[in-house]
Amino acid sequence: MEIKGTIYRVAGPVVTVINVPTKMYDVVKIGNEGLMGEVIGIEGDKSTIQVYEDTSGIAPGEPVENTNMPLSVELGPGLLESIYDGIQRPLPVLMEMMKSDFIERGVTATGLKRDKKWEFVPTVTKGTSVAGGDIIGTVQETHNIEHRIMVPPNMSGVIDTIKKGSFTVAECVCRLTDGTELSLMQKWPVRAPRPVSKKLMPNVPLITGQRILDGLFPVAKGGTAAIPGPFGSGKTVTQQQLAKWSDTEIVVYIGCGERGNEMADVLNEFPELEDPKTGRPLMERTVLIANTSNMPVAAREASVYTGITIAEYYRDMGYDVSLMADSTSRWAEAMREISSRLEEMPGEEGYPAYLSARLSEFYERAGRVNTLSGHAGSVTVIGAVSPPGGDFSEPVTQNTLRIVKVFWALDAKLSQRRHFPSINWLESYSLYNNTLSDWYDEHVSPEWSEMRGDVMEILQKESELQEIVQLVGSDALPEDQQLTMEVARMIREYFLQQNAFHDVDTFCTMEKQYKLISAIMKYSDLAITALESGTPLENILAVKAKDTLAKVKFEEDFEPTLKTVLSAMDEEFEELRR
Amino acid sequence: MKEYKTITEVSGPLIFVEKTEPIGYNELVYIKLEDGTTKRGQVLDTSNDIVVVQIFEGTGGLNRECGVRFTGETIKLPVSIDLLGRILSGSGDPLDGGPNIVADDRLDINGAAMNPYARQPPADFIQTGISTIDGMNTLVRGQKLPIFSGSGLPHNEIALQIARQAKVPGSDEKFAVVFAGMGITNEEAQTFMHDFERTGALERAVIFLNLADDPAVERLITPRLALTAAEYLAYEHDMHVLVVLTDMTNYAEALRQMGAAREEVPGRRGYPGYMYTDLSMIYERAGVIKGRKGSVTQFPILSMPGDDITHPIPDLSGYITEGQIVISRDLHRKGIYPPINVLPSLSRLMNSGIGEEQTRDDHKAVSDQMYAGYAEGNDLRGLVAIVGKDALSERDRKFLEFADMFEDQFVRQGKDEDRDIEKTLEIGWNLLAELPEAQLTRIDNELIKKYHPAHRAK
Ligand SMILES: Nc1ncnc2c1ncn2[C@@H]1O[C@H](COP(=O)(O)OP(=O)(O)O)[C@@H](O)[C@H]1O
Ligand SMILES: [Mg+2]
Repeated sequence: MEIKGTIYRVAGPVVTVINVPTKMYDVVKIGNEGLMGEVIGIEGDKSTIQVYEDTSGIAPGEPVENTNMPLSVELGPGLLESIYDGIQRPLPVLMEMMKSDFIERGVTATGLKRDKKWEFVPTVTKGTSVAGGDIIGTVQETHNIEHRIMVPPNMSGVIDTIKKGSFTVAECVCRLTDGTELSLMQKWPVRAPRPVSKKLMPNVPLITGQRILDGLFPVAKGGTAAIPGPFGSGKTVTQQQLAKWSDTEIVVYIGCGERGNEMADVLNEFPELEDPKTGRPLMERTVLIANTSNMPVAAREASVYTGITIAEYYRDMGYDVSLMADSTSRWAEAMREISSRLEEMPGEEGYPAYLSARLSEFYERAGRVNTLSGHAGSVTVIGAVSPPGGDFSEPVTQNTLRIVKVFWALDAKLSQRRHFPSINWLESYSLYNNTLSDWYDEHVSPEWSEMRGDVMEILQKESELQEIVQLVGSDALPEDQQLTMEVARMIREYFLQQNAFHDVDTFCTMEKQYKLISAIMKYSDLAITALESGTPLENILAVKAKDTLAKVKFEEDFEPTLKTVLSAMDEEFEELRR
Repeated sequence: MKEYKTITEVSGPLIFVEKTEPIGYNELVYIKLEDGTTKRGQVLDTSNDIVVVQIFEGTGGLNRECGVRFTGETIKLPVSIDLLGRILSGSGDPLDGGPNIVADDRLDINGAAMNPYARQPPADFIQTGISTIDGMNTLVRGQKLPIFSGSGLPHNEIALQIARQAKVPGSDEKFAVVFAGMGITNEEAQTFMHDFERTGALERAVIFLNLADDPAVERLITPRLALTAAEYLAYEHDMHVLVVLTDMTNYAEALRQMGAAREEVPGRRGYPGYMYTDLSMIYERAGVIKGRKGSVTQFPILSMPGDDITHPIPDLSGYITEGQIVISRDLHRKGIYPPINVLPSLSRLMNSGIGEEQTRDDHKAVSDQMYAGYAEGNDLRGLVAIVGKDALSERDRKFLEFADMFEDQFVRQGKDEDRDIEKTLEIGWNLLAELPEAQLTRIDNELIKKYHPAHRAK
């Protein structure tokens, strides 16, 4: 039986209740309408609750009920293709139940549909001993994704009965000899990481189809990356590009305190776009969480946990999962808002002192792992960061950079001149470059790592030369340096720039990436040789094939054009030599 | 309704009241002064012992003898189609001598968050007749696109020009305009009213005015009233509504003042830590809903303190709105109207509003190329200042000239000059034709053949 207490005080999303025993993180129903909230502090007989819905009109004296359950998500078939709010309420269901296009309050909705039947095929039989994480059967969740039904962690036993057939998520499909019943669904408290058997070193890159990322600053599957930048610099577009084109099997996309229209966009686009690997609609591998800026901040705070728990669950089945959180700064601000209502001692810029701990706990949930059942799986976490005024020295950016291994630094100067993606190639880094170079050399080309080094060197050189040019003009540079400047320009414009809104350019295979950059480097080599043998720079810069190279990236069937360009280049240089 | 005479403390815009019945959070409160006038307030904090109320009309004249009545409901705006043509105060009372609004409905002014699943991604091109906007920072129906300006710059003229000229080509539906003035001067208010009257826009406008000498706290509700009216017209009467909110900086200042009065831990530069969330509850009330005809498009105006775009007010706004139109003091000094600097400007929804079906197939490419060209030419100006024009290569000189022509022909236009999109793109091509063709790397060869003046002539 639940024990009822009463509301003592209401101040925005923070409510104090009395006369009801609670534990930290218990879910509590507040007021006559039963608004959902979570215990975030206990002092004497008073508990402090963060409420996931608007508290207007709620008054002291109204009843409070403790569910005695921590905030949990439902995990099972039906997660894919869903769009949830921060506490896993399906938004289409809310629309139906509320009979409104706006989010009203006091409505509860389960994360998984209770009436939908799934075809369950057992993979174990009576008498098998099973332990937490073991797979007992499968459900075809979407066309390509097989949902592996697992024994919940912290549970084990011997199979007594297991049934093939059509079941809802709540029905019993399997009974252990001790009487425990298993269904297609399990629940997991969002704030606790799901256990794994072992964490492994990430050693395979997440291929994103984005040239600057794959080419210069790759993130490993199971790794962590942050993408900080001022507004309008490309955080969301980059995150969406990653959600669209990354070669993971499952994508969890969290719109955390950002725009409603951006989520509507994803909802509109993802069912239409095809996964380049499987040819299936992207939506079939995606779970969306949308807790926009104007939705309750407490639910925003919870949204990243809801998302990462779902990601871990698919990882436990042995999948590679990637999770994008746009934006982690809004999550941190939600913590700050709640913390200040609690009148906690503020740390830097008003953020709570535990900001850094929360951030690292979150990113720690990424990783390449051996699952409890011994399969390999991974969760890659990519967080957008929105520093006030674009100033990277602020606490959220700084604390994040201390944790993540990849830093994609967005640069307003680049976005202003419409150089996209506006990732600054000098400031960004990937600490995975060394561990991943073997993979690239084996799977892309043995020359890859060396070429990457050359490209970075040219770009670095360009920035040094630019300082001189700013003082004396480019004509004053020696010819070989002018040539370096030109090659750097080609790298920037023909390779690094990539238009997310161009049908072809939006995604670039590794093979195409390699061929594009090789072609640029080939020009560079030919040009240097020509220059050394006395050909005037002017003529080298006038090579026409070079300009045609600019458009190769926009062609779907680029090989013929590239071939023509390369042989034209040979001919032109041959011509120059004579 | 019980009346309490139990104010225990008056502090800035806040009063503390002891009470016996339970009072709801955010409830509307009436305070009766000794002279018989009534003020309104809103519950900020409620507990078993005490209630904290913020007073919208300021606490001047309040004392412990005042009567306090709690209404048991949140603040509501009476709405009806008769709102059109009316001028109301910043808290919704008639200023035009007209009768009170006979309500069809009374709506909570805080609105509720639109379910993201109910949103229709905005995509209908709005032609404003201003080249820098239509050509390079295209506005679409349901967008929130602010003007970032500074003191003394002609943002009001630009807003008015947009309100006058905005249309969706090929449709003759007119926009209804909801105008919210927050802390603007009487003179500014007059300018707007005069223009609305001159153009006949007043009949399809609702105006809320909180003037500079009105209480600052009232500013916290003015934009909410305006958006409630806008949503009502859009979703109950199928209208396309353009909401002008000016000046959001005054709104944010009022928010800061309230935070200070409540002795909150301030965030950056003294603004409350929740300012992002608070602003989003205003800005996110723009959009289009699936299956409904109307829409709410927002045009907030804010002045950047010290022309600093990283100041918390423009910064947090930019993080929420779908782009920004930035007014430049430099261009203004050069005598260019409208002095819109395209480089820091952005319309995030441009891509969905342009292209073959909406405007023209070359629109995106022309815009990208002009951005690249202008950015490059603009950079060279810095170099020229140091090394002189002679040190430039032939190529660089072309870009430098391009930047000048761009400002003079593309950016500059008349206050009543309404350019259609064809005209805007034509000016664009004429300028691009001044650059060497090999430099037009952002434009497909096919488009060059189709539109480049050198090819078209043949
Ligand atoms: N890769 C890209 N290709 C083309 N345009 C881009 C790209 N990245 C960003 N943009 C442009 O920049 C705008 C702002 O990007 P967005 O990701 O929304 O910024 P942020 O999330 O950092 O505020 C987009 O609306 C788009 O016009
Ligand atoms: Mg964004």
